[in-house]
Amino acid sequence: MNIAVCVKQVPDASEVKIDKATGTMVREGVPAILNPFDAYAVEEAVRLKEKHGGKVFAVTMGPPQAGEVLRHVVAMGADDVMLISDRAFAGADTWATSYTLGLGLKKLVPLDLVICGKQAIDGDTAQVGPGVAENLGLPFIAYVRKIVDMSDGRMKVERLIEDGYEVVEVSLPAVITVVKEINAPRMPSLKGKMKAKSLDIKPLSAEAIGAEAEKIGLVGSPTKVMKVFSPPSKGNRERIDGAPQEQAARLAEKLREMKVI
Amino acid sequence: MDYFLTDTQTEIQNLARRIAQEKVKPVRAELDEKEEFPWEIMNILAKADLFGLYIPEEYGGFGGGAFENCLAVEELSRVCIGVSVSFAASGLGAYPILLFGSDEQKKKYLSQIASGRRLAAFGLTEAGAGSDAGGTRTTAVLDGNEYVINGTKQWITNGGEAEIYTVIAMTNPARGSRGASAFIVEKGTPGFSFGKKEKKMGIRSSATRELIFDNCRVPRENLLGKEGMGFLVAMKTLDKSRPGIGSQAVGLAQGAIDECVEYARERRQFDQPIISFQAIQHMLADMCTQTEAARALVYAVAKFIDSDPKDVSKASAMAKLFASDVAMKVTVDAVQIMGGYGYMREYPVEKMMRDAKILQIYEGTNQIQRNVIGAAIIKEAAGKKK
Repeated sequence: MNIAVCVKQVPDASEVKIDKATGTMVREGVPAILNPFDAYAVEEAVRLKEKHGGKVFAVTMGPPQAGEVLRHVVAMGADDVMLISDRAFAGADTWATSYTLGLGLKKLVPLDLVICGKQAIDGDTAQVGPGVAENLGLPFIAYVRKIVDMSDGRMKVERLIEDGYEVVEVSLPAVITVVKEINAPRMPSLKGKMKAKSLDIKPLSAEAIGAEAEKIGLVGSPTKVMKVFSPPSKGNRERIDGAPQEQAARLAEKLREMKVI
Repeated sequence: MDYFLTDTQTEIQNLARRIAQEKVKPVRAELDEKEEFPWEIMNILAKADLFGLYIPEEYGGFGGGAFENCLAVEELSRVCIGVSVSFAASGLGAYPILLFGSDEQKKKYLSQIASGRRLAAFGLTEAGAGSDAGGTRTTAVLDGNEYVINGTKQWITNGGEAEIYTVIAMTNPARGSRGASAFIVEKGTPGFSFGKKEKKMGIRSSATRELIFDNCRVPRENLLGKEGMGFLVAMKTLDKSRPGIGSQAVGLAQGAIDECVEYARERRQFDQPIISFQAIQHMLADMCTQTEAARALVYAVAKFIDSDPKDVSKASAMAKLFASDVAMKVTVDAVQIMGGYGYMREYPVEKMMRDAKILQIYEGTNQIQRNVIGAAIIKEAAGKKK
């Protein structure tokens, strides 16, 4: 069973600050981490490998330093990695990214399954998973919370929906995105860390994956960002201090005054 | 302080620290309260490859030494020595095989221990024998191709939870400590059972039980080394493992310092944080100085052991003795600094102080460590040419 996992390097959300002048995220000096949702994807892939045999491939598109998340993923148990990196990919939106990742995945051995985290914590679009499925021409299931069964080229899963879950069956190969309910990602192992450290990661260029120039990077991205802004903070706030009992009493009084209760 | 660790050693330290902080710290109070063996954490440590740190690569280990193992033990001990002793005791059970096992014994058992699939334990102490190994009453009698073991071992860490036991028994009681031999006994062997789980002052998540042998038959090939080498096996094993107790002590002391520095910065009396009082600062200064000295000694001794010298008894005893006395003192002072809060179970230093006491007792009381050091001093002096 050959499984690919798409991963992304993102800024550590606990460290993020917004530049008030430009409304964009300050990336300088912010540590980069594996997108937390992708850790669940990696864990599930490694568990499937441990159960059914096969290999786990981790794929990412990003600048050369994105190779670090691939090392992290190898320390967790992935067997091989692919770093798709080229200046020409810069400025890619989810459309161009899905196309690029799709081309990379096609270069791998015949895959049985592609797993992605449900979304990245920086863009929060949740579009690349389904976009990759579309580019590969494979069936897609979003928000998988449990893989119930996997046999005879088919897979049965539970997918999270707003007020419960659905049980869905799909033929393989397929693409899924997973939610955090699916597992608890493991700690990296020491042998995995040593393997990751000595890993020689050779970036694949746009040419190497056979990408068409007009479909990648900023040029290939139909999304145009018109304006980025932080929602203005509302000024009329009142802070209630004091002992908890006093705070509660004062809050109840206020709410009554405002006729909320 | 920077001890100039290699990249690999830093990785080991970081990994153990992460597991300790993320997986052990949140559950340590509950494990202590319920006296529950930390299987879930043992499995995490196994998956992280930490059980095989000191085991050669050819037997499925990581190929490090006592020092690498000490780094992991220290980090785990910083949050809970009930957990770290369960981890480290597997090493104590493995050392006799590592030091005296045949190639077949090593291949069979060390790979299982290194992977963490099976825990190990070491059975030396008895009701009438501990420091005085010559008082061992458990016997092993050769009958055909099997040894028949009879007797009871007491206070065995990981007893009942471990699956691979190295046990000291008398094959020739007339010869005293020279008549002892070491055996590998697997859990599930007919005639091998366990006593009740002991209720302890501290390290309450760890399992301590009697090993009961009632006509327990083990194959002849389970003998470690030769007949009569049991006492040597025990002493060489303890020589190797004692710096591990030192690391538990250093980790525990550091953990107590971590807690009470944080507390002293927040706790306000007379309109200022209590850390601004010289009385508190001087106590903390002593605690930190003693802990750093203990760490430096333990690291130095572990590295010395890894250089494979002829005799390490004296250095090994010093590391255990000094660090465990420091841990006891530092945890008592940590409770003192935290005052009423420190005495409450809600805060971790209460457990740390209870836990610390065992470090001065197990793997040879600190009085025995002084005997070992004293004997070495006499031997060295006698060996000097005048």
